[in-house]
Amino acid sequence: MRVGVVTFPGTLDDRDAARAVRLAGGAAVPLWHADADLHGVDAVILPGGFSYGDYLRAGAISRFAPVMGSIIEAANGGLPVLGVCNGFQILCEAHLLPGSMIKNDQLTFVCREQVLSVENADTAWTRDYTAGQRITVPLKNQDGQFVADEHTLDELEGSGRVVVRYRDWNPNGSRRDIAGITNAAGNVVGLMPHPEHAVEVGYGPDGTNGPRTGTDGLKFFTSLLHSLVG
Amino acid sequence: MGRVVVDVMPKPEILDPQGKAVAGALPRLGFAQFTSVRQGKRFELEVDGDVTPEILAAALAAAETVLSNPVIEDVVRVTAVPVGDAAAAIGSSGPGF
Repeated sequence: MRVGVVTFPGTLDDRDAARAVRLAGGAAVPLWHADADLHGVDAVILPGGFSYGDYLRAGAISRFAPVMGSIIEAANGGLPVLGVCNGFQILCEAHLLPGSMIKNDQLTFVCREQVLSVENADTAWTRDYTAGQRITVPLKNQDGQFVADEHTLDELEGSGRVVVRYRDWNPNGSRRDIAGITNAAGNVVGLMPHPEHAVEVGYGPDGTNGPRTGTDGLKFFTSLLHSLVG
Repeated sequence: MGRVVVDVMPKPEILDPQGKAVAGALPRLGFAQFTSVRQGKRFELEVDGDVTPEILAAALAAAETVLSNPVIEDVVRVTAVPVGDAAAAIGSSGPGF
C-alpha cells in the first residue's frame, strides 16, 4: 500500500508521518506541494507544521498549492485523506471538511499529552479502534480552536462525524470538545492532535507500560491499511 | 497606479482571542476608556492604472475567496484609495462596496 505524504514549505511532521506509515506496514511516498501528480498513491496524509508560516490564515495559502487540486478531486472520488494539525487546517480551508480553526482560547502555544475519545470508529482512519476508546497522543498547536456555526455542529454530531473528542481537559476552547471530524463519506479525516507522534515505544507519550511507551496513535495508520485491503 | 483596500474582521459571534488580549493590555497602559477590542486585517492591493469597477469586483472576489474565510471572517470593506495617501483610506468617499 502506497501512502503519499505531502511536504509544503514549512511542513514539520512529514518524516514522522512517513515513519508511522512504514511502522504500520505501508510504503510512504513523498509528495511535493508544487507537483500536481499524486504518483498513483492509495491514500494521502497532510502532515502538521506551519506551512507558509501560517501567513494569512493557517493552511490558507497551502490550500491553493498545485498538489491540492489533485487531492481535492481524488478525495471527492473516495481517496482516503488524513490531515493532522496544519493538515486539518488545510482540509478546512479547502472545504473538504467544514468549520475552521482559530487561535487557542488561552492564546498560548499548547504542547501536551492529550487524552481523546474515539467517537467514530468507522472511518478509513479509525476502524481499528473501538467506539468510545480512550487514547493518549501528543497535541501541539497555536491555532487549534475548532469553530463552526451551531447548525454545522449539530449536523456533525447528528451524523456521527465527530471522530475524536478532547477528554479530561479542552486544551484550546474547541466547540463541543471536538478534536477531529470526518466528511460524510468517512474517507477524509482531520484532527488537531498528532497520532503519528505516538507510534513507537521509546518516542511516544507515557503509556501503561512506562514512560514513552504509548503507541495509541498507530491504529490510525493500521486502520488505513486495513481499509485499503478491504 | 491604483490601490484597493480590503478590510476583513472576525465575525461578531466568533470569539476574537487576539482582540481580547489587546483589550486586556490597554488598561495596564492607561487606556482605560476602551471597553472592547476586535482585531482584523487590512490588505492593500495595487494595480497598474485606475481602479475600475471591474478591478473592484475582482478585489471583492479575491477578498471573499482567498483573503477571508467566510466561516470565521467577514469582508467589511473593499474600497479604492489614492496611492501614497494611506490616511485617505480613513473615511474615504471613493467608490467601494
